[in-house]
Amino acid sequence: MKVSVDQDRCCGAGQCVLTAPEVFDQRDDDGVVVLLDERPAPDRHASVREAAAVCPAAAITVTEEPDA
Amino acid sequence: MRPDDQALRLPLPTDSPLEPPAEWERLRRQCPVATVELPSGDRAAFLTRYDHVKALLTDARFTRPKAGDGAARIAPEGVGGPAADGDGALTLPDRGEPHQRWRRQVGKYFTAKRMTALRPGMVRTAEHLVDEMIRRGRPGDLKAGLGFPLPVYVICDILGVPAEDRDRFSHWSDAFLNVTRFSGEHTRAAHDEFVAYMSAHIEAIRARPGDDLLGMLVKERETDGEGLSDQELIATGMGLLVAGHETTANMIGKMVSLLLADRGRWEGLLADPSLVRTAVEESLRFDANLGFGMRRYLTEDVEIDGELLPSGTTVVCSMPAANRDERAFADADRMDLTRSPNPHLTFGAGPHSCLGQALARTELQVALEVLLRKLPTLRLAVPAEELPRVQGLLVGGLSAVPVTW
Ligand code: HEM
Ligand code: SF4
Repeated sequence: MKVSVDQDRCCGAGQCVLTAPEVFDQRDDDGVVVLLDERPAPDRHASVREAAAVCPAAAITVTEEPDA
Repeated sequence: MRPDDQALRLPLPTDSPLEPPAEWERLRRQCPVATVELPSGDRAAFLTRYDHVKALLTDARFTRPKAGDGAARIAPEGVGGPAADGDGALTLPDRGEPHQRWRRQVGKYFTAKRMTALRPGMVRTAEHLVDEMIRRGRPGDLKAGLGFPLPVYVICDILGVPAEDRDRFSHWSDAFLNVTRFSGEHTRAAHDEFVAYMSAHIEAIRARPGDDLLGMLVKERETDGEGLSDQELIATGMGLLVAGHETTANMIGKMVSLLLADRGRWEGLLADPSLVRTAVEESLRFDANLGFGMRRYLTEDVEIDGELLPSGTTVVCSMPAANRDERAFADADRMDLTRSPNPHLTFGAGPHSCLGQALARTELQVALEVLLRKLPTLRLAVPAEELPRVQGLLVGGLSAVPVTW
């Protein structure tokens, strides 16, 4: 799985951080999303998918890759 | 908006305070772009499908109408005042780059991490409020005892407002939003008082800025010369109170009512309190009493479901109807406390989606956790169908939640 974030679209709602804190963080100075782990381990895939689904700004893109 | 459509009147009737209007289902199916008449008599387009509501809310070209747009009004002339119509002098940047800058300046105070840091304080406040409710004896009103005070205490802390002024804040908040209970004149007076209070508060903060939100914004301005003007600080303080208080207060009452209306839900949470997070999300999705939805004023033509909505149309996006759309949620009419993911639209979506959602979520989770722990025998003191509804127009909810334990 490969994750990317669009910082321009992010509206700082923090849902991703609440859902998958190991993979997403928010910058202290403006609340914008920071990607901590572009290729999260398989046990985190479910929470990353959930974060992408609930992001109110559709700022998270998940690309599923075979065997990754 | 086919011309032969009969204009429906908002608000749509419901049989019971926790149930959705039967009309939603028909509208999603047959008339996803309907014509409605608002209480003001003005007409608007009404969206009820998930995809349509989400697409329009996330469309950065459009925003909530403000005074002077000529958009459809919710309430008749003179009723409702500033919160209903948008106020001229004290407005925040509401679109484009200036809006994003404002959001980021204020939004950094509402990050998930900060909310986690505020949580222990919120738990103490909620515990104290529940203890007080227990002390006053059964039956009690959960709205007055916990739902209403918790968010106002929390926002006062965030804004650095002293505890002894909390009751004045509650009054102002109530006056801005209870469009039908207070006259336009009354809301105007409350508005002026609140502006005077906030101006003085900001003066005081400038002399001695603390670690609260306003103190932080003032310090920033003094150190890097950027930041919000006094007018913007006042509008921010006021906007946060108005946007965050009644909505959260109502939601606490509705969430607890939904969970108690079917004992199995409450028992399920007692058996497994780790469901609190998903139960809060599902309550947010399931709540049918969110008010009409969000308005958007079209400044360009838009096509939705093959229909052309011309520039100048006011669109009402019904998030609660979208949240029950079978196209987006399996078993949409069933409350499933384990539902995940739950991409409901209760906080809106896109560039204007709720700035305070991490705070609101934390408050709801804390309220529920503390109730489960302290009052496991909690139950409604009246049948769910008899829960009294709020009479205001902007925010739907229950005016009281009679409970016993
Ligand atoms: C359960 C409680 C809440 C609900 C259901 C709710 C809902 C919403 C919705 C639907 C919007 C989007 C408006 C639009 O699209 O035009 C919004 C915006 C907003 N909310 Fe909330 N809200 C809640 C709590 C809060 C809290 C606690 C705060 C802050 C203290 C807050 C602050 C704001 C602000 C500042 C905006 C405007 C954002 C913008 O225009 O960029 N809300 N809220
Ligand atoms: S959930 Fe989306 S909008 Fe919110 S902080 Fe994360 S990326 Fe940004």
